Amino acid sequence: MTAIGWIQIFLFCAIIVALVKPLGWYMTRVFNGERTFLSPILRPVEAGLYWIGGVDERREQHWLTYTVAMLFFHVGGFLILYTLMRLQAVLPFNPQEQSAVAPDLSFNTAISFITNTNWQNYGGESTMSYLVQMLGLTHQNFLSAATGISLAVALIRGFSRSSMRTIGNFWIDVTRTTLYVLLPICVVYTLFLVWQGMPQTLGAYVDATTLEGAKQTIAVGPVASQVAIKMLGTNGGGFFNANAAHPFENPTALSNFVQMLSIFLIGAALTNVFGRMVGNQRQGWAILGVMGVLFIAGIAVTYWAEANGTTALSSLGLTGGNMEGKEIRFGIVASSLFAVVTTAASCGAVNAMHDSFTALGGMIPLINMQLGEIIIGGVGAGLYGMLLFVVLAIFVAGLMVGRTPEYVGKKIEAREVKMAMLAILVLPLMYLGWTAVAVVLPSAVASMANAGPHGFTEVLYAFTSATGNNGSAFAGLTGNTFFYNLTLATSMFVGRFFMIVPAMVLAGSLAGKKLHPASAGTFPTTGGLFVGLVVGVILIIGGLTFFPALALGPIVEHLAMTANTLF
Amino acid sequence: MREIRPAIIVLVLLTLITGLAYPLAMTAIAGVIFPKQAQGSLIERDGKVVGSALIGQEFKDDKYFHGRPSATLAPDPADSTKTVPAPYNAANSGGSNLGPTSKALNDRVKEDVDKLKAENPSVPVPIDLVTTSGSGLDPDISPEGALFQVPRVAKARNMPENRVRALVTENTTGRFAGLLGEPRVNVLALNLALDAAATK
Repeated sequence: MTAIGWIQIFLFCAIIVALVKPLGWYMTRVFNGERTFLSPILRPVEAGLYWIGGVDERREQHWLTYTVAMLFFHVGGFLILYTLMRLQAVLPFNPQEQSAVAPDLSFNTAISFITNTNWQNYGGESTMSYLVQMLGLTHQNFLSAATGISLAVALIRGFSRSSMRTIGNFWIDVTRTTLYVLLPICVVYTLFLVWQGMPQTLGAYVDATTLEGAKQTIAVGPVASQVAIKMLGTNGGGFFNANAAHPFENPTALSNFVQMLSIFLIGAALTNVFGRMVGNQRQGWAILGVMGVLFIAGIAVTYWAEANGTTALSSLGLTGGNMEGKEIRFGIVASSLFAVVTTAASCGAVNAMHDSFTALGGMIPLINMQLGEIIIGGVGAGLYGMLLFVVLAIFVAGLMVGRTPEYVGKKIEAREVKMAMLAILVLPLMYLGWTAVAVVLPSAVASMANAGPHGFTEVLYAFTSATGNNGSAFAGLTGNTFFYNLTLATSMFVGRFFMIVPAMVLAGSLAGKKLHPASAGTFPTTGGLFVGLVVGVILIIGGLTFFPALALGPIVEHLAMTANTLF
Repeated sequence: MREIRPAIIVLVLLTLITGLAYPLAMTAIAGVIFPKQAQGSLIERDGKVVGSALIGQEFKDDKYFHGRPSATLAPDPADSTKTVPAPYNAANSGGSNLGPTSKALNDRVKEDVDKLKAENPSVPVPIDLVTTSGSGLDPDISPEGALFQVPRVAKARNMPENRVRALVTENTTGRFAGLLGEPRVNVLALNLALDAAATK
């Protein structure tokens, strides 16, 4: 570990914290339907969209209607994406003449992108036409992100409203998020990325003759426009197989730094939106504080582990940390930071191969996902996931002092706690359950690329990543098999919707409750005690659930590594 | 059921805006403002494309600096369901995905270390020269990795070592703003500079 490494980490955190308030202020205006500086240009487009779509701007929805609208939206998105992949061979913008994507792979990919997971059982440059990359994948990058943000806002309204039946209008939230938040940032961001060296072209792959006379086919494409939303919307699905490790998908140290910032940007700012909408920004800062504690702990471990390297390499006299699977322009620190950021935030883009990380360095990404993707988390999803844990923590605090628990003026009762527990318990059921199935099926075991405990971690990581809607991988695992295509799709589906639906039930039930002013007996939820309590609840619930699985994977591998046992 | 109409129309319109209008507009604008980058930062020599400034390529000849090992694959010409090693395949990026306790990784690195030690026993082997990158297309090596190869390249080209070393220094890029990323040497740029110096 070096001083300059820690300065990079500190700078990253400082910039995120500095951006939380301005963006939180802007997004709050957007979600409240107020005018913004972009309204002169975007308002006509927005109004036109509602007019054609038959959306009544004055009509709000009950939580059930809101949820049903959201589900319709996903079904439509799934059908569009699946159809495009199956038909890509006969559609335009296909200069490399990619053939139709197989049915099970198309199914997996479509589920993956509508759930904001972007797990990829394919290599982009060798599988997808430009039309699928744009009209299929780029568009779902936008809409799955906009959906996540909308749902978080709906849940915030549940907390901030008193005795109301409605929680907003899904169509308006999705449209405004897309038009006013995601698109404008992406336009500027895309140009920045192209400036840094990212291709943005519809031309065919380029054939070069290398200095030694060999032929090199260089894949290009409309990369930058997709990468911008891939990062900003915490989607993470790469244009290329190597994702953000590919020099075209992450050309410079600066592009890398900005990509990391953009992963956290919206998720961090949403905590401020929460604070503003419930009338006390310190409530938002407290939640960001919980996320910050867990994040810093994670980066410290991964950076330390990667900088220390592996026993096998150092016994050959090699120094400088674990560089297998990492790029020179990023080095140890920017690769470690990226890995922790991308798994904390449910993004899943990678700028280094997690499969080649040290045992403990790779365990932190795994833990980040197993905690439920709540350290910043996916855009929107991170906040509603975190609020579920907050409900639980408040409930525990209420039990300790023997009072009805309250959070930001709302009484937390049996129904809320049940919904929070349902969402929190379903996730381990998926990733532990499917991992258990996979390791007893010989055909599933055959997909492992590494032997020994590392192979087990590959499988555990895959189901964890899918369930957490992250999408990063220990990529050695051959996922494009019938078994994994189907089971991973199931995990992604359950991981997304069994989180969303309870969160919406919560939104509806909270919105209907009265707001109580804080009294002397109210547990304060803006201070260090609250932050400590929530961190504790997250770690205890998480730790008890997945520690045994970690012991079989990364922990035993670390012990083997220090003894220089190879598999 | 009154949600069906917006479900279809809002979805279709937003799809067209974000999936077609946005990427196509960005392609048009980027093509005008940053035409070189938008096409892939291609490098031409004598009117022919020799590669991209951002994409590594394979060098085996002693007179060129070598990049890092690459784990990229290509479909086996004999059996399309299998793959064969194809270093620096820029149409199929990827890493080795070998873990910290992998025997295969250890054997590969050991073999490369032994080769490099034979080539230049005077300095320790830099780790980047024996580890594969995440993309398999890393265009860079570390400054130490370049300096390590100077004696071999100088000998093969019959150039004084300090001349070659000077070219390495000229082609070394520092951290962005002295802070972000790591110092590095672009292998293709360095080799082009070597060729240019040789013809002078």
